[in-house]
Amino acid sequence: MAANAVLRPRAPTGWARAQALVWRRPWLRASLLLTPPLAWFLVVYLASLALLLVTAFWRINSFTTAIERVWNLDNFQTLATDATYRTIIARTVGMAALVTITDALLAFPFAYYMARLASRRAQTLLFAAVLLPLWASYIARVYSWILILAHNGVLNWSLLAVHLPAANIGYTNVAMWLVFSYVWLPFMIIPTYAALERIPESLLEAAADLGARRLRSVSDVVVPLALPGLVAGSIFTFSLTLGDYITPILVGGAGSSFIGNVAYSNVGIANNVPFAAALATVPVAIMAVYLLGAKRLGAFEAL
Amino acid sequence: MEGRLARLGLQAWSALVLLFLFFPILLILFYAFNSSNVESWPIAGISVKWFAVTWNDPEVRAALFLSLQAGLTATALALLLGSLAAFGVHRLAFFGRDFVSLLFVLPLALPGIITGMALNAFFNFNGLSLSIWTIVVGHTTFCIVVVYNNVLARLRRTQGSLVEAAMDLGANGWRAFRDVTLPLISTAVVAGAMLAFALSFDEVIVTTFTAGAQNTLPLWIFGAIRFGQRLPEVNVVVSFVILVTIVPVVIAARLTGGEGVARMQAGGRN
Repeated sequence: MAANAVLRPRAPTGWARAQALVWRRPWLRASLLLTPPLAWFLVVYLASLALLLVTAFWRINSFTTAIERVWNLDNFQTLATDATYRTIIARTVGMAALVTITDALLAFPFAYYMARLASRRAQTLLFAAVLLPLWASYIARVYSWILILAHNGVLNWSLLAVHLPAANIGYTNVAMWLVFSYVWLPFMIIPTYAALERIPESLLEAAADLGARRLRSVSDVVVPLALPGLVAGSIFTFSLTLGDYITPILVGGAGSSFIGNVAYSNVGIANNVPFAAALATVPVAIMAVYLLGAKRLGAFEAL
Repeated sequence: MEGRLARLGLQAWSALVLLFLFFPILLILFYAFNSSNVESWPIAGISVKWFAVTWNDPEVRAALFLSLQAGLTATALALLLGSLAAFGVHRLAFFGRDFVSLLFVLPLALPGIITGMALNAFFNFNGLSLSIWTIVVGHTTFCIVVVYNNVLARLRRTQGSLVEAAMDLGANGWRAFRDVTLPLISTAVVAGAMLAFALSFDEVIVTTFTAGAQNTLPLWIFGAIRFGQRLPEVNVVVSFVILVTIVPVVIAARLTGGEGVARMQAGGRN
């Protein structure tokens, strides 16, 4: 009897059969596993984005500030015709471009040193040194510049120490340019470094053999090959500047209305969510165009 | 191929960039030890009195508690959903894989204000009042991708034949998962969780739109800086937040050999 029981295969239980079924049908397994996370994204996130887009075509009652679900293009018309908003959009895009250029100029020589001159060990250390500030609290890094640029902060103290006049740039657009360039710099360094590291040494040797001087081979070989990396970095510096509202609020002064903080105050103080939603479509539209351009320059392969 | 002069120039430039990156962070740590309540340089003297003051501030404590609660809950949810998604996607040469990856990175890739406003509109539309749960929903949404990326990358590098071998030896699906797959991916899962927590603990942009009257720690900092109140305490809290976000990241980097952390920047979030 006992031997018999050992020899006879156990009848599969319902649970084991279900497991086997799922194992044999990968699509079933995949859909079972993917349903919860995709449902989360569909129900919460995509629904929210769609709602925000729809809200942009609604309006508020000017007396009660309650949202009226009436389709109209008033918000977009205001954005297109009101000179104030055109200035704000132009100012934001200008700042984003300036920050992007600044970061590219700061990042390129650094990434070049990291990728092509530093020893293996130094490379690892420098990489960590770039990543750490990226992860260190964003708001902390913005705040640090308030301390630096304050009237009696480190900057003025240093200037006075070398007998230069104090620079009172706290709470100005110059301060914002500095802070933006500071907080987004690692985003530019990393893809630029990755692109530079991939350039084969043989290409530079070939350029030298063909008689190119150092500067010539940098400008004709290195820079074109590093360009996708720089463009990939610029996606971050540009997009993050376009949408930011913390920095304009904390370090901006007069004349520091940017898309981000104007949208923010329209949600909070003005309670005009439809208009804020319309304003928020501006950076998305700009980024869509920007990404199309970046794709053509091969930036996506460099990400 | 670089000449000595070029080499020196690049070295100097790199040193300056490093200084630029680290000086502001180190400066805050200095200010945390300022003995005066006036924020001026040089600091008046060294003291640890603001640490005690901050620790005993009930507002700071409440904010810290909320940040921990929201961060841990969001991390747990992101861990579950992100791992499920990674497992669902990896075994298939699945044309939708790129679509899934793109979908998950969207909350980090779009400007934070858009995710924040969208969630805010969604909660209002559905009549949900803002609370810790709305914060958790927002944080989970942008944390999923960190876990997903880490686990998926590890799954791709582990051999499917190991699981098949376990099953040939008589393990059922669950046993093979528990004894073979899980040990192989555990460090990637932990790294993902660390990064998700670091991301959540420091987040301010989305949180502004999803928090009600309660403050998380970054929201408390934002409010205090904005209105110039209790800045000596801000210095202490900010130093603390820097440490709390950096430690999990360093652990995660060690667990994944650095790549998990580096990849994260592809979904840049401030």
